[in-house]
Order: sequence, then C-alpha cells, then structure tokens
Amino acid sequence: MTFGSTRAIPAMHDVGIHFNDFAVKLANVNGTGSASANTLLMRAIFRMGIPVSGKNLFPSNIQGLPTWYEIRVNKTGYTARALEYDLMVAMNAQTYAADIGEVRTDGYVLYDSTWPLASELIRSDVNFLGVPLTTLCVDNFDAARERVLMKNVCYAGALVALLAIDLEIVSSLLEETFQRNARLRDSNQLALRLGYEYTRENFECPLPFRLEAMDENRDKILVDGNTATALGCLYAGATVAAWYPITPSTSVMDTFTTLCRKYRREALSAPGPNGEVEYQNNYLILQAEDELGAIGMVLGANWCGARAFTSTAGPGISLMSELLGLGYYTEIPAVIIDVQRAGPSTGMPTRTQQGDILSCAYASHGDTKHLLLFPADPAECFDLAVQAFDLAERFQTPVIMLSDLVIGMNDWVVPRLTWDDSFVPDRGRVLDARDLEKVTSFFRYTGEDGDFVTPRTLPGVDPKGAYFIRGSGHNRFGAYTELPDEYQEVVDRLAKKHAAAAEHMPAPVIHLRDGASIGVVSVGSCDLAIREALELLEDSGVPADYMRIRGFPFSSSVRRFLDDHERCFVIEENRDAQLRSLLTIETRIAPDKLRSVLVYGGFPLSAAHVVDGITSQLEN
Amino acid sequence: MASITKPLVPLVHLDRNDIGLTVRDYEGAMSTLCAGCGHDSITAAIVRSAFELSIPPHMIAKLSGIGCSSKTPTYFVRGAHGFNSAHGRMAPIVTGANAANRDLYYIGISGDGDSLSIGLGHFAHAIRRNVNMLYVMENNGVYGLTKGQFSASADIDSKSKRGEANMMAPIDAVMMGLSLGATFVARGFSGDKEQLIPILKAGLAHHGFALVDVISPCVQFNDHEGSTKSYQFTREHEVRATDFVPHRDEILATIPDDDAVSVTMHSGAVMRFRSVPEDYDAADRISVMAFLEEHHERGEIVTGLLYANEDVPDVHELSHTSGTPLAGLSYDKLCPGSGALAEIQENFR
Repeated sequence: MTFGSTRAIPAMHDVGIHFNDFAVKLANVNGTGSASANTLLMRAIFRMGIPVSGKNLFPSNIQGLPTWYEIRVNKTGYTARALEYDLMVAMNAQTYAADIGEVRTDGYVLYDSTWPLASELIRSDVNFLGVPLTTLCVDNFDAARERVLMKNVCYAGALVALLAIDLEIVSSLLEETFQRNARLRDSNQLALRLGYEYTRENFECPLPFRLEAMDENRDKILVDGNTATALGCLYAGATVAAWYPITPSTSVMDTFTTLCRKYRREALSAPGPNGEVEYQNNYLILQAEDELGAIGMVLGANWCGARAFTSTAGPGISLMSELLGLGYYTEIPAVIIDVQRAGPSTGMPTRTQQGDILSCAYASHGDTKHLLLFPADPAECFDLAVQAFDLAERFQTPVIMLSDLVIGMNDWVVPRLTWDDSFVPDRGRVLDARDLEKVTSFFRYTGEDGDFVTPRTLPGVDPKGAYFIRGSGHNRFGAYTELPDEYQEVVDRLAKKHAAAAEHMPAPVIHLRDGASIGVVSVGSCDLAIREALELLEDSGVPADYMRIRGFPFSSSVRRFLDDHERCFVIEENRDAQLRSLLTIETRIAPDKLRSVLVYGGFPLSAAHVVDGITSQLEN
Repeated sequence: MASITKPLVPLVHLDRNDIGLTVRDYEGAMSTLCAGCGHDSITAAIVRSAFELSIPPHMIAKLSGIGCSSKTPTYFVRGAHGFNSAHGRMAPIVTGANAANRDLYYIGISGDGDSLSIGLGHFAHAIRRNVNMLYVMENNGVYGLTKGQFSASADIDSKSKRGEANMMAPIDAVMMGLSLGATFVARGFSGDKEQLIPILKAGLAHHGFALVDVISPCVQFNDHEGSTKSYQFTREHEVRATDFVPHRDEILATIPDDDAVSVTMHSGAVMRFRSVPEDYDAADRISVMAFLEEHHERGEIVTGLLYANEDVPDVHELSHTSGTPLAGLSYDKLCPGSGALAEIQENFR
C-alpha cells in the first residue's frame, strides 16, 4: 500500500509491464464537467492508434448523483466492459467504498488527497495515489466554477503521466476543442500540466500497465450510435422526422437536426416576397406533442410519399403501438428507431437493456408483426438505418431498428463509414401517373408480387390513383368489409408478406469454430462481449459457434444454425428471454434446445457474464 | 353525400364548375348514418363547397379519426384521397401528410369525442403549429357509435336520452381554438346550409388552421328535450356574430354598399361577410372571446365566421420548408454523397 507520496510504488520488475491491456474506471459526480475530461482521455488513446472503448454509466439526473466512465484498452480489440479495474479514479466521496472495492488486487486508486481518505476505506492489497487536485486548482485558478471544472482536467493530466498517454496528443486535442476560446484553452492546458507534473514528480511513472502507440485506428472513427443512426437517416433521404424527446434516443434527432441544417439547407437565388428568406430547408422536423402524435406524423408523411422516421425508446414504443398496428394493416411504410433502455415502466432511463424485442415484434393489438433490425455497433446503425427505409418502402410496413443505450450514447471505435454514390433507394411499388395511364382502374390491395406486396399510389399524383385507406376491416379493393372471407384474404396476405420479408432482412453474422458442438446466439450490442468470451471459452476447451441475428422475421439461415446445433445458448439483456421466446415462436424450434444467459441489471454485458453463464450450465 | 342511390344519368341539368365538373363529381358513397343525422348535412355542405371552389378532387386529402363523424369522408369527394385512421389521431396524421406534401387541400373530419377527449392533445398541437388544413368538428355532444355516452362538449345540465344530467364542465372547441391561437375559427349549425357553405369555403381558402365547429344534432341519442345540442335548442338559441353576403354578390367586385367586410384569403379569393351586431370585429381575438363568453352565459350559441387572421405563417413558413413538396424532392438533392461523409468523419477522430 502506498499513501499519497513517492514512498512505495512497487518496482516494475516485481509486477511485470503490460502494454495496452487494462481497464480504468473514473467515478465522478454528475454535472461537474467530468465528461469532457474523460472523453479527452479516450480520444487521446484512440489517436495513439490503440483499440479502446469508453462507456458512460450515468444517472437519470442533471447534477449531483454518482456517474462513472470506464475506459478499456485492449490491443486485440476486445473492449467490452470489464468487471475489474486496474485503476480507479475515485472522485466521488459518496461512492468511495464501493469504487475502491472494485479495484483488482495490486491495482491502483487515484484520489484527491486535499482531504485525507478515511482509514476504513484503505485496502492493503491496493495502491493509493493521492494527488491534491483541489489544492492545485484553488492555488492556480480564481473563479469558483473554474476550480471545480479544472479538477477534472487536472486528474486527466495525472492519468497522462500514469498511463503514458501521449501528452502532445492530449494537448492538441485541447487546442482543437478550445480554438475559439483562448482563456478556456489556457486554463485547460494549465490544469493538464499541473496534474501531469505533480504526478511525475511524486510517483514513479508510468504504471506497470501502460500505453504504447499502435497503428490500429488509421481507418477507424470514434462515433456514437445515435450520431451514426442520424447519418443513416440523412443518407437514406429522410425528409420528415417527428419525435418526442426521450432518453436515450434524443441525440438521434439532435444530430439529425444539425446535419440537416448543414446538408439540407439550400440557398435561394432570390429572397422571398418580403426579402426575409434567403434559404429553404429540404426537410421538416416536427417535435410532436407525444409519441402517439410522432408516429401519426410519420405515417401521414409516408402515406404522402416522403421518407419519414421517428426515434424513441421503450416507453415511446408502448405509446406508438396503437398506430404501428394502423401502419401494418393499412400498409404504410415507416421507420422507427428504438434506442432501448431498461424497463418496465419508466425503469432506468440511463441504463441499458434489450427489453423491447417482443413488444416491437408484435406491437399493437390484433395479429400484427413488424420488421425488426438489430445493429451491433454504430457502424451498423448507419448501414441498417439506410436499409430500414428501403425495407419499409419495399414491404410497405413499419420497420423498427432496435439500437440500445450502450450503442447509442457511447463513443465506439468502428471502421470509417463509407458511401457508394451510385446507391439508388428502393422506393418499393409506387404507381406514378404514367403507370396509372396503363391501367383501367386502381385498387389498393390488388396486384400482389412474389413478395405479396401490392402497388400503392401517392395522394395528389393522379385522379385515377385516389383511394380510401382505413384501419377498419377492408377487402382487397380497399373497401370497408366485415365479411370473414374478404377480411381474411387481406390479413392472410399480410402474414405471407411478413414471412417473405425474411430473406430480404440482413443475414445473420455467423462465426464457426473447429470442434464446436454448442452454438451461441445473440443480437445487437452483446456482440463485443460475446466475441471476447468465445476466445476465452475456446482457451478453456469449449469452442462454440456464434450467430448474431440482425433481422426479424428470421431467415432460413437462422433456423439452419439452430438445427445444426445440439444446444444453443441465447444471450440477451432482458429478464424474460425475449429473443429466445421469439425464436421458439417463430422458428418452432424445440424450446429445450435453447438455453438462456440473461444479463439485465442495466450495465453493459461483459465477457465474464457470458463465460460464467455458459460454463455454469455446461457443468449441470 | 348521397343518402339514396342516384341515377347514373342525371335527370336534371347540372351546372359545371371552372374545371368542368358537376356537383355529382364531388359526392361520395352512400351514407350509412341514421336518417336525419346532422353529419349528412355537413357532408352535403362540404360537397357543395369543394364543387364551388373548383378544387380538383385528387388534390383533396380527406382524413378522419374514429366515430360517426369520422365515417363521413367516405360520403364526399370520391375522387379524393381518403384516410380513416384511428380514434383521435387524425390531426397528427394530417400534420405529417401536410409536412410531406404541402400542395394538397387537407380536410380533417372529427367529432367532439375524437377531438375533445382522446385526441385533445393532438387537436391543440395542430392548432399551435398552424397546420394548413380545414378542421371540421361535427359536434353533437354524445358518443353515437357506443350509444349515447356524454362527450366532453356536453353542457352542464344537458340531459341524456335516459334523462341523466351531465355534471361535468364542457370543453368548448371554439374557445379552445381561440385561446390556442387558431388562425380561423367559425361555428356553424348543420341545420343551416346557407351559412355553413360559405364558412366551409372560407375555411378551405384560409391559409393555416381553419377550425369549423359545427353543431350537428344526433337524432338517435341527443335530439330530445333537455339536450342543448338538439335541432330545436340550437335553432332557438342561435345568435349570429356574422352573416355571409351571398355568393352572387361576391363576383360583382364592386365596393360593398351593404356594410359587408371583405376578407382576402391567402389564395386571392375574397370572402365577404357582414357583422350582425354592428361593432363585432372578427379580427380582434380578445373582443371575440368576450362576445362569446357573454352569450355563453346567457345559454346562447354564437355562429358565423368568428375570427380570421390571414397573416400568420403556417408550419412550413415557420420552418422555411422547400416550396416544392418534400415528397417530390429528388434523391440526389437529398443525399450529401461520399465526399460529405468523409468530411463529417473528420470530426470523429
């Protein structure tokens, strides 16, 4: 144990030096400005070319509650959440005890030594590094607010020294961030140096686990899923968006708005009649009165031929369920982005879960089924968001993309997004005036193609295309009906259309291993932890095949994977095994073949959960 | 509206409007509402209004929620695009449709149950956004399809068919519209087509949210003694704020010598109406509300064009939306391309 001085950091030869493989947890109080310091560190490591992740575990609150940020560095790219930490930056006295308890044996705790640490907090198997952050900031800054804010940059400086983060990179990131505010830039640079220099002078730096520059990130970017989703919607050509603010999806629409202002604003050659308008917007974003309204607007806009979407979370899906049924039955395209959070009810708005799988698959009363997409990371959010619009219009039905809080609100290192300029959106079967000229009459639900899709027309295009659409019982001509045969003819076609969409959904990603007898099945953001766990399992003699499902309805390859394995472990982040239920209902696989590993406490999945969850069931 | 099947060849000569269509071209399917239902009269007035304004039928989008009133879009303008949606949700669906295609005439049909209870929030917010549409509230004070429960517009002490008195305070659509900033507010009576047709025409010509509350008695469940939404009660208690100058005067284009006030609609059409109390000012929202309140206290129902303001930007003008409907923009105008994507990602390092 060391205690706030140069005294006794274990000598390096005692512990061995590890490069680019550690986890740091930063325990903060929310609303104190720690987030920017924490992302600064993450970005610096990214720029050093090293695989890294940063996870923000924050409360549903604006100021005063505990918040954590976890940085995991792993040279082979396994950056899912770790459950044990090599270094804890303990900046929140309220949670000292729990935070210090999470440090591994021989790990380190960095704390503000302006105040002594209570003796009962001291662990003899952990090294304590005291840096007088408050004193340093009070001595060097005048304004009260600045003294609080700069403490964060000051500990960032300490970490730069302890972890061998490239000081030049951190410094240039500060220059970029504050290029328009010289005063703030100078304060930040000063705070960074204060922490850095104090740490170098008082401790043996760097620590035995440390960084060493790599070249893994040349073709990578650092982006959160909500930003990537918004980009996907922009590139898909969405022009109308309607939404109601809700954590954790709000930043989808915030980003979409920012992007539209930049890329969808057109300068007009001549000012308007009163000389006041110099531009026009090739988009309209409507902040709705509630989620009922938001989905109504999306359906209205799609009915009129615009690509329109909404973004929401579980509580919004509950409200939208009513009109999702209307969209399904009347066959109107719609794209819904569901950034899942922990339910039920309000649940834990800033914690993650995959709890909306079943409610989205069958949203609404009566027989309804929707198309679902499951992205695993921000890069896939971009691709699948674009695909969502094509699928919605191709199959004339709502498509729900189920992202989650971990993907949506954290920065991920992912391959650079690419765009093929020859891309042509699939607008599905829409008859224009010329098409209508060739037909004697038009009836909305006749003329199905091989996928059971019937052509639609858009309001205002042509007199012959006018039709009456209704959420009440209708026959294939679109007319009101209460006759069993007429009603069933339409709903039976809808079931066939849903089934036909299966082979158009993105294919599952399947990784096979030699000698594998068990299969692992999952969706979405579990991916990273599972891939790491599969390595660990193989090392311990349990090779497993892996299928990550990306769409619902399930394609035949999903069923084949299940058939090919004696036993499959379905790993998901909810209590009730929703993915497993959906698989058993929809593929009619024997339920006994599917075992569950369920992690639903609200924090992201880690490889340890997967390994333990599988091995404990293998032993039984 | 057709309440009986009509011969395919008209027996009488039918006038043609500016685009060569007859009133028959603006009719719809046969009504399945009860004989004598006020809603059928409103349907007939809508048919007439759209005919007289020479609107191409396919440029009309008619939408509704659920309820007796919401059945009526089937009964008018068969060549229009129709959408019978879900209970209370007509307003957001029109809002979205209008967002995508600002060139259509939007006629939203709703009732007091649809708009003042389940869809109250949507109704209020469509007004706030000044969505360019005609919003017709067919107001009968009861839920007809579920057989006679009071709606939120039922007056205190109004009696149900079974004789029970309503004790809850009513929500007055007109007062709500005025207080939320609706840019066109009128009240009509289904029993008075002469007044209702000009109101609906003005509402269609209005640029922005036109609220037309129409007292429309339910002959089955709310047309008895003791009801304040019956034909008899409405006739006996109607007070006119404004009266319309007949259609034929409109085209004379002479300076009015009959105290008529001309309102030039956004589309260029001129509506001429006359204040019945001489000092009634349909441009002064506060005095309109005071006038309505005063008559409401006396148990009277004020009808006419109550308030109009043609100078308020609609949701598109507020948002600087493209003049070309968004649904009509070509994809190459919407996709920023690979170059921009690379540029955006420079910030992701």
